[in-house]
Amino acid sequence: MESEAIIQIKNIHKHFGKVHALRGIDLNVSRGEVVLIIGPSGSGKSTLLRCINRLEEFDQGSIVVDGIPLDSAENINAVRTEVGMVFQQFNLFPHLTVLNNLTLAQRIIRKREKAEAEQIGMELLRKVGIPEKADCYPLQLSGGQQQRVAIARALAMNPKIMLFDEPTSALDPEMIQEVLDVMLALAKEGMTMVVVSHEMGFARAAADRAILMDGGQIIEQAPPNILFTNPKHERTKAFLSKVLS
Amino acid sequence: MQKTEKDNPNYGFHERIKQTDQWWLLVAIVVLLVILLTTFKPDPYQRILNFVMDGIWVTLYTTVISFTLVLILGLFGGLGRTSRNPILHGIASVYVEVIRGIPLLVQLIIWYFAFPAMVKDLGNAWNMESLSNYKANPIVMAILGMTICYAAYMSEVYRAGIESIPKGQMEAARSLGMNYFQAMWYVILPQAIRVILPPIGNEFVTLLKDSSLVSVVAVADLTRRGREFMAANFIPIQTWLMVALLYLVMTLIAARAVTWLEKHSRYER
Repeated sequence: MESEAIIQIKNIHKHFGKVHALRGIDLNVSRGEVVLIIGPSGSGKSTLLRCINRLEEFDQGSIVVDGIPLDSAENINAVRTEVGMVFQQFNLFPHLTVLNNLTLAQRIIRKREKAEAEQIGMELLRKVGIPEKADCYPLQLSGGQQQRVAIARALAMNPKIMLFDEPTSALDPEMIQEVLDVMLALAKEGMTMVVVSHEMGFARAAADRAILMDGGQIIEQAPPNILFTNPKHERTKAFLSKVLS
Repeated sequence: MQKTEKDNPNYGFHERIKQTDQWWLLVAIVVLLVILLTTFKPDPYQRILNFVMDGIWVTLYTTVISFTLVLILGLFGGLGRTSRNPILHGIASVYVEVIRGIPLLVQLIIWYFAFPAMVKDLGNAWNMESLSNYKANPIVMAILGMTICYAAYMSEVYRAGIESIPKGQMEAARSLGMNYFQAMWYVILPQAIRVILPPIGNEFVTLLKDSSLVSVVAVADLTRRGREFMAANFIPIQTWLMVALLYLVMTLIAARAVTWLEKHSRYER
């Protein structure tokens, strides 16, 4: 099992000033696994996710992604090209058209020709269901559409892992499903995914494992159905009763 | 969105004047005034214009060359000011704070008079003939002085622009595998430049006016040519009316050009 883990997190500690945000996290994610992280705000779940592609530095411990340790600037950039990330606030590049949002990193990092990058970009836009928006600017799109473009932008780099940081939290309720549908399809294709979200429906349908974090620690982890219906830990029960009610 | 308004057949003359900017009217009036003066009172106005014409070119090209360098040097200053590297940040901050605290006129005098004297002293001390015979070129020193001074102001303009772009933009770019400079160049700066176009335009117009200070360090710009004409002809009122109008034509046109640029660099939202 150990050798198969594409993400290996060992004893990660992280401080924000006096706040001990992560207190010794150990976590392995296997190839093709979909992991959902839940927990109250301030529990460190987003911080943990952002440590995986080193958007957040950690003070202690080690992370190895697909055999590459996150220790040098070179390795960090190498890992980032293999790890796609989707943000709560989409973070599309507003000065570029939707299609150019998808081709920019392909051309700079993957060194693809314009035509090839655009072809890949259009394929991905069809996949997320909005090829007709290719020439629009991001701020002309709805939130759900923007988030789908953001997923396509990450996929354009052919990542081995996708990280989702509360991808539906900034969306109007009627737009959540269109984003979840794209994520479900991705999970079915066998993408390795780590998702910080409270979308229980998505968790039941697609996640192999659900993890509850609180106070910078992993409290409990189990397949979603077991964790949600039969939690062992008191803190898990307390949190779930709030979320599910 | 702007198109729909113009496509409207009832779109009236008055609105169109407003849209095309009444400020062009002011430019036209000032230009017309210059033309009227030189046509109907060629003596002294045409004589003044002929005399200061080469000064106009000197003013224009020292300003444009200097401003081009300011845009480049200021970018490095701005990157230094926003850098997390303490050494780069420190160098940029000291540069900005020191230069901003010294009047441009004093800086120009230092570059033209004190700097060459210092080079000569060093040449004498080290017995290096090439240094002791050093003679400063006024135009080069003027451009150097203006550039170093204005690049400090421009660093702050760039810094403000870079800091106005949400943090998520840098994170998104980095998460796609771009390094810091790629993210800056392709993602942050194109957005920041649009934000800071108005202050950049302001700096250009201010530099154009401040370039009159180079007249005290032996550069024959518009102001200096005006002084020379006045000294020879003793007609201060007409001379400085003409010089002032010529500056006004240049600054008004520059300001209009910046507004045009602003309008045409916006992206759809």
